[in-house]
Amino acid sequence: MSLRNVGIVYRKELTEALRDRRTLISTILVPLLLFPVLSVGFASLAVALVGKAKEEVPKVMLRGGEDSPIVVEGLRKLDKIQIVPETPGWKDQIINKEIRAAVEIPPGFQADVNQQKSETVKIFNYQGEIKSEFATDKVETYMKEYRDKVVKERLAAKNLAETVLKPFEVKRENVAPEEKVSGAVFGGLIGYMVILLCMTGAMYPAMDLTAGEKERGTMETILSSPISRMHLVLGKFFLILTAALGTAALSVLSMGVSFSALNHYAGQTAGGRAAAAEFLLKLGPKAVISVFLMALPVAVLFSATLMTIALFAKTYKEAQSYLTPMTFVVIIPAVAAMLPGVELTSKLALVPILGTSLLCKELVASTYHWNLIAVIFLSNCVYAAVALFLAIKMFQRESVLFRS
Amino acid sequence: MIEARSLSKRFQDKKRGEIRAVDNVSFTCQPGKIYGLLGANGAGKTTTLRMLATILEPTDGTALVCGHDVIDEPEKVRANVGFLSTATALYRRLTAQEFVEYFGRLNGLDEATLKKRVDDIFNRLDMNSFRDRRCDKLSTGMMQKTSIARTLVHDPPVMIFDEPTNGLDIMTARTITAFIRECRNNGKTVIFSTHIMSEVEKLCDVIGIIQSGKLLAEGTLPQLREKYGEQDLEEIFVKVVTPHYTASEAN
Repeated sequence: MSLRNVGIVYRKELTEALRDRRTLISTILVPLLLFPVLSVGFASLAVALVGKAKEEVPKVMLRGGEDSPIVVEGLRKLDKIQIVPETPGWKDQIINKEIRAAVEIPPGFQADVNQQKSETVKIFNYQGEIKSEFATDKVETYMKEYRDKVVKERLAAKNLAETVLKPFEVKRENVAPEEKVSGAVFGGLIGYMVILLCMTGAMYPAMDLTAGEKERGTMETILSSPISRMHLVLGKFFLILTAALGTAALSVLSMGVSFSALNHYAGQTAGGRAAAAEFLLKLGPKAVISVFLMALPVAVLFSATLMTIALFAKTYKEAQSYLTPMTFVVIIPAVAAMLPGVELTSKLALVPILGTSLLCKELVASTYHWNLIAVIFLSNCVYAAVALFLAIKMFQRESVLFRS
Repeated sequence: MIEARSLSKRFQDKKRGEIRAVDNVSFTCQPGKIYGLLGANGAGKTTTLRMLATILEPTDGTALVCGHDVIDEPEKVRANVGFLSTATALYRRLTAQEFVEYFGRLNGLDEATLKKRVDDIFNRLDMNSFRDRRCDKLSTGMMQKTSIARTLVHDPPVMIFDEPTNGLDIMTARTITAFIRECRNNGKTVIFSTHIMSEVEKLCDVIGIIQSGKLLAEGTLPQLREKYGEQDLEEIFVKVVTPHYTASEAN
């Protein structure tokens, strides 16, 4: 086999790909922009919106409470809440967002509390509406604090310790290392993203280098040159593989940078409760390299399969109609790996995409089942070799190359 | 030299069954001569030439190109052939120079030889003004010159032209016919397919008339005139093909 010829075809295809706007968009621009837009963009927007919502002083309507001055006084003193008197149609006012909530103090509330009778304070709100929820939270927190204060006073009056009501605490404590925790939560996502993006990255060049070449009339030109069809297929295949791996690598890089930025931003602004943003910081280079090594045969499989299917098409559009359903074939097993409770077994390891996706979950969590890793890697290599063999065979069939 | 020996090609068609696109065709093309393959649309010209260029494999028979068998040594055959047709398009995202260089490298030229050869061809065909222009920005004439440069870059002894002037304006077509003559003058073996009688009369040393995949007549123009008793090539052609022109082909 002449590697020189494969290299000549590869270099030419790379030159053309780098000059093609559609390839650059699908292989470089989309993966680079997807995550910043999805994570940082949406997160910044959400933070801005939530901040704005928090800054607003919501109106809360007070219903009743005339005979409970202490509670009412406490409510009026609450920061960033405006208590307004009751007017008719208060429910509609909540729905129409004229007021954010209403609090109903039952008649004789203060007296009933003093006499140790149970009472219910109702807060009416617009469930799911963020500003209404903020107002409700503030009123609810105040009422709960008032209740705790009453309880404390009662216990103190009877000379009882607070532990009478709370004899012991229940506390959870994580013993798993941080990377395993984040791996369990996000490992499936990493595998899913790498696999899916390998597929989407390979798709456009696979169509362009086969059906696109037929459509543009250059297939006959290249077939009239002395290069063997096997070298031609391999040159094209390596370009498609480069695009697949490039897209996946750029996506993971972009995802890492986006989440780090998000984490940094969230830490500065909202006290750092960005658990989702932290996980990539815990991902070691070993985990990332392992995921890519495992993704390699899958990328080979995708590149060869997509190239073979696209070769049947006479035009780029026809190839699109063949390859689009392939996305679902990939998404289903990749998503299945993300479902809770689906664990890597020796049988599932042999299922082409599912096995790799499940393994990525384990790798990200720094769990290395070497026997399963070997099974998955080798089986994927076999599938990839079969797909590549088929692609070479298809390139030698006149009925496929000159389909009319 | 090209030597076609009982060359045949059959295709399977879902509706029409087996189609004999080329049926037992034998002929010889000599160096320094232009062999014109004359036939109507669908007569089997393109399939014949594609088999000689090893783009298609014969179903039966074979052909020798510069002594290499098209079935057993297709890569060696292609290394000795320059193939040009209106279907051989350019890579639109490469420049004219990159395009020609690409085919030079595929033909095994080393970088020093390639540079010299490309410079020579670009000077000869007056292509320097657009050598760095992308192929999708070239005019039809420039595209044809670039295609010619592609076929010449490895200096092949055999040239195959499949209806090379089809759909071209008169000036571009003249560039092509001048190039074909130049190939003959340089001692190359040239085979050329067309359905345009005037091109055959002007260019070809030997004419083969093909219809329904069969080579029905062959000879120099004076030989054909004498054999069929007609002076005009069109009349000769009609006389030869009419008995074989089936109703389905007429449709």
